[in-house]
Amino acid sequence: MKFVDEYRDPTAAKALVAQITALSGDDHFKFMEVCGGHTHTIYRHGIEHVLPANVELVHGPGCPVCVIPMGRVDDAIAVAREPGVIFTSFGDMMRVPGSEGNLLTAKAEGADVRFVYSPLDALKIAMETPERQVVFFAVGFETTAPSTALTLLQAKARAIPNFTVFSNHVTIVPPLRAILESPDLRLNGFLGPGHVSTVVGQRPYRFVPSEYGLPLVTAGFEPLDILHAISMLLTQIREGRCEVENQYTRVVREEGNPSALAILSEVFELRPHFEWRGLGFISQSGLRLRPEFAAFDAELKYRIPGVRVADPKACQCGEVLKGVIKPWECKVFGTACTPETPIGTCMVSSEGACAAYYNFGRMHREAAVTLGRRSQLAV
Amino acid sequence: MCLGIPGQLKEFSDVHEHLARVDVAGVTRIINVGLLEEERLKTGDWVLIHVGFAMAKIDEEEAASALAALQSMGQAYEEELAAFGTSSTSGEGVR
Repeated sequence: MKFVDEYRDPTAAKALVAQITALSGDDHFKFMEVCGGHTHTIYRHGIEHVLPANVELVHGPGCPVCVIPMGRVDDAIAVAREPGVIFTSFGDMMRVPGSEGNLLTAKAEGADVRFVYSPLDALKIAMETPERQVVFFAVGFETTAPSTALTLLQAKARAIPNFTVFSNHVTIVPPLRAILESPDLRLNGFLGPGHVSTVVGQRPYRFVPSEYGLPLVTAGFEPLDILHAISMLLTQIREGRCEVENQYTRVVREEGNPSALAILSEVFELRPHFEWRGLGFISQSGLRLRPEFAAFDAELKYRIPGVRVADPKACQCGEVLKGVIKPWECKVFGTACTPETPIGTCMVSSEGACAAYYNFGRMHREAAVTLGRRSQLAV
Repeated sequence: MCLGIPGQLKEFSDVHEHLARVDVAGVTRIINVGLLEEERLKTGDWVLIHVGFAMAKIDEEEAASALAALQSMGQAYEEELAAFGTSSTSGEGVR
């Protein structure tokens, strides 16, 4: 695979790290990677430990599974338990804890919960079992929301009477704004999300430099992409620029995917408020079905408890999602909370900061501490 | 769920329904390419697939890099690919 080698070339990595070291000088920089995919790459490849100690990465809220609050999982389980319902969900959501168990335990207790890869699979189940009601548990940012939208357009065109969607889709910009408004965190810039940007493009991020005076560089998912994007952020800062830049030009276009955006706005509208795990209620951050699609809206068809449930006291996913603490600083990390028995969402999804760190990062970190390369890492 | 899987277009199995047959790491599946209408896709092109839909057109180089990145994820990638394999939109697809 000659192509891949180019993105993992140690010489290129060394050159980038040298550039980052020179650019950062004696100042401390804190950059947030918004996307869970980036978090995964950073821990998988030990990027934190090749960076100079004064360039710090903090993990953001860009994991769609991680940001779903417990109350919404409870709502999903309540719908799944309705008589005659076939409740369909992406695999990632099955193990996310509600206040009393998760979708898998609901299934064990008799609810017909089925795992699907695509919303189209859920629609197909509805068409093949007309005597049952099929509900699709829709989660995700703008990366997955267009797929749900296109599925709903198909369901409407075919007048499928037994298919509804329980929408938990969210948008990327409002949580960024919430983080920028948070007094807890002092950032110097953002690594912009890769795949979400293939849909939304670069324009929605312009408020980051214009209103908050911080640079944002959209990055790819290879280790060299991350290093390159960090060096682009530092270059901007050193040159006195503050812009939205695109490191991931081989996939992300300035205008995003206009067809996907058009379909999104045809099917969905913004909710006044939506609750995010750890971030609380954020206005205009969640997507619900437009009135024209009311017949396909599970929230109108079923009684949704809609009870707000506080996160378990021990769980610090909120602070992890805001980048205020690192996964290993959480009191239950790796002891009460592991990928096998997650307490919080960040430990469930492979894109969650805690799961990524548990699976890969701690080995790199322990090795680094042992070697004394980063003495300030020692607890 | 949020992982993008690269696939290469083999044929357009249903132009009206925007369905196309793609090869993903040696596995052939049907996906929906309706969100890339403006790209004027042709067979041999590479796309990034999210939950059964092509979301972005990519080049071969990016496809190889994305696939390697996924493979390095180990279990998460295995699960995603296994899920992709079970997708009922493969085969005859939703009609």
